[in-house]
Amino acid sequence: MTAVASPPVAPPIKPSRKRTGWKTAAGFASGAVALFALAPAALDDFRLGLLAKYLCLAIIAVGIGLAWGRGGMLTLGQGVFFGLGGYAMAMHLKLADAGAGNLPDFMQLYGQLDALPWWWRPFANPVFALVATVALPMLVALLLGQLIFRRRVRGAYFAILSQALAAAMAIFLVGQQGTTGGTNGLTDIQGFFGYDLNDPVNRKMIYFIIAGALLLMLAVAWQLMRSRYGELLVAVRDAEERVRFLGYDPANVKLVAYVVAAGMAGLAGALFVPAVGIISPALVGVVPSIEFVVGVAVGGRASLIGPALGAVAVAWARTALSERVPSAWTYFEGLLFILPIVFLPGGLASLPRLLRKARK
Amino acid sequence: MTLVLSQLFTGISIGAVLLLIALGLSLTFGQMNVINMAHGEFIMAGAYTVYVLQQVITSAGASLIVALPIAFAVAGAMGVLLEFLLIRRLYGRPLDTLLVTWGVALILQQAARDIFGAPNVQTRAPDLLTGSIHLPGGLVIASSRVFILVLALTAVAALTLVLKTTSLGRRIRAVVQNRDLAAVSGLATGRVDRLTFFIGSGLAGIAGVALTLIGPIGPAMGTNIIVNAFLVVVVGGIGQLKGTVIVAFALGILQSMVEYTTTVSVASVIVFIVIVAFLQWRPQGLFTLRTRSLA
Repeated sequence: MTAVASPPVAPPIKPSRKRTGWKTAAGFASGAVALFALAPAALDDFRLGLLAKYLCLAIIAVGIGLAWGRGGMLTLGQGVFFGLGGYAMAMHLKLADAGAGNLPDFMQLYGQLDALPWWWRPFANPVFALVATVALPMLVALLLGQLIFRRRVRGAYFAILSQALAAAMAIFLVGQQGTTGGTNGLTDIQGFFGYDLNDPVNRKMIYFIIAGALLLMLAVAWQLMRSRYGELLVAVRDAEERVRFLGYDPANVKLVAYVVAAGMAGLAGALFVPAVGIISPALVGVVPSIEFVVGVAVGGRASLIGPALGAVAVAWARTALSERVPSAWTYFEGLLFILPIVFLPGGLASLPRLLRKARK
Repeated sequence: MTLVLSQLFTGISIGAVLLLIALGLSLTFGQMNVINMAHGEFIMAGAYTVYVLQQVITSAGASLIVALPIAFAVAGAMGVLLEFLLIRRLYGRPLDTLLVTWGVALILQQAARDIFGAPNVQTRAPDLLTGSIHLPGGLVIASSRVFILVLALTAVAALTLVLKTTSLGRRIRAVVQNRDLAAVSGLATGRVDRLTFFIGSGLAGIAGVALTLIGPIGPAMGTNIIVNAFLVVVVGGIGQLKGTVIVAFALGILQSMVEYTTTVSVASVIVFIVIVAFLQWRPQGLFTLRTRSLA
């Protein structure tokens, strides 16, 4: 690479002090109360549906926080894994909607196919489809990560490659109109494992599933962060060569975080489909992939809860602002990419500590 | 045979566009380790420069000639401003720079939408460049494509000349090879950075002028193009122009050949796989500067 001594891939963020167990437990409990009791009571059905969508984005953000905030891998291609999970789920739901032996509606519409393509067939099985929503993204991440990290491709190189993958995936999906629905994607999903998605009660159930999944993913991330592995991951982020000299293989360390993040994005995609009713290339490509990152940066990339809160806040701001003044949102989003990263690299999660320091 | 040749030429002309875009990127990435996501919007600024000039200058040919230096200056000035206001503060944080410049790109896009309107705008190409050239053997190539190829090669030649012969070029090379040593030798690396950014961004403006000949001009034109240009920089390796030149053409030809034998949709995936495979062989890119640093 260059002769410049390799700069740290992320600004120095002190690993947060190990929280005592009861504090974290209290945090999870209050999160559960807010998600399961307060939100359903305070929000109408429409707003609760929106919140379900935001929580899906929060699940992706938890993964990005792990890979980028803790591992220093800026992945600009989470849309790929989100899309794999989403399409896997949507394919199953489309097949279930169509009924056994029938083609999904869009395939009949474009009318080029007499029979289901072979790679659609396994998705008729609900167990296979459910496993695939998470396993497929993880598998792709494992393969790609093996090839990339093993050869010590990192930093900006990795970011660009992950972005190129998102671009390739979106172009690929758009081109396969007959089998993936092309630009429209897979739309108009009616049922979810036998439950009618038009029924508000069932929509509320989807919300609860998503909220539960988010808490579960936060717990997974928390376990990873506080373990010895978590310390190693931070060490790889800050001084990869030093970790190598200590006898560890940084490629393996990075791979785990990358694969876990991919799995989370896949899960988020799978839950996004019943919550919103659509998956399309526009949710997969370069732009959405980089937009997943902004919430993480705003909330605090290296903290546990920051990415999730940031993602929800940014998504909420987007809806609120673009409802009123559409063009203002883009300016605001641009500033969201600039201001927190330049002036508050630790994100909102680092504010309490900064304030405490300022008071001293 | 003719078909293969014409595909080859399509590939070369895709490569020429990529080269023109990647040239500036490779310069700034090589020197400052900065991924400038707003590069695509500087291209857009260059393209809109042609559009604005054509409101004043009626002759398409004259406006194109005048646009080249002006677009260079406009995009270059934007680049210097960006460097001065933001990138300077993020020194040593390449990934953060990437995200921040993406934010700048979003703002510039929306600004273009508000100033020029969301729909694409049209420019007139000079008559000389609208036709096509008939070569022996039934090969027909668009003259605008030839113009872009010549422009790209001229830009490479000019940049090489600047880097190899001028004192600015010597300073740039010194900073690329060893920034700290250059600084202790008395080079004002900050000033060199700003000049490099001016040239690199200015080249984006030139690329924007060239793109008006072959495609629509719109607020989103930048985003679509630069992903591949970044790949060129990554695969080409840092700090040397020859890597960028070779890879730009190789990628262009690969893309056109694969698109010809399969479809655009499948080609995008195949090209990505080829690049990952290539990085197994040369993880640091085609050409690298030999240094003793660990990275």
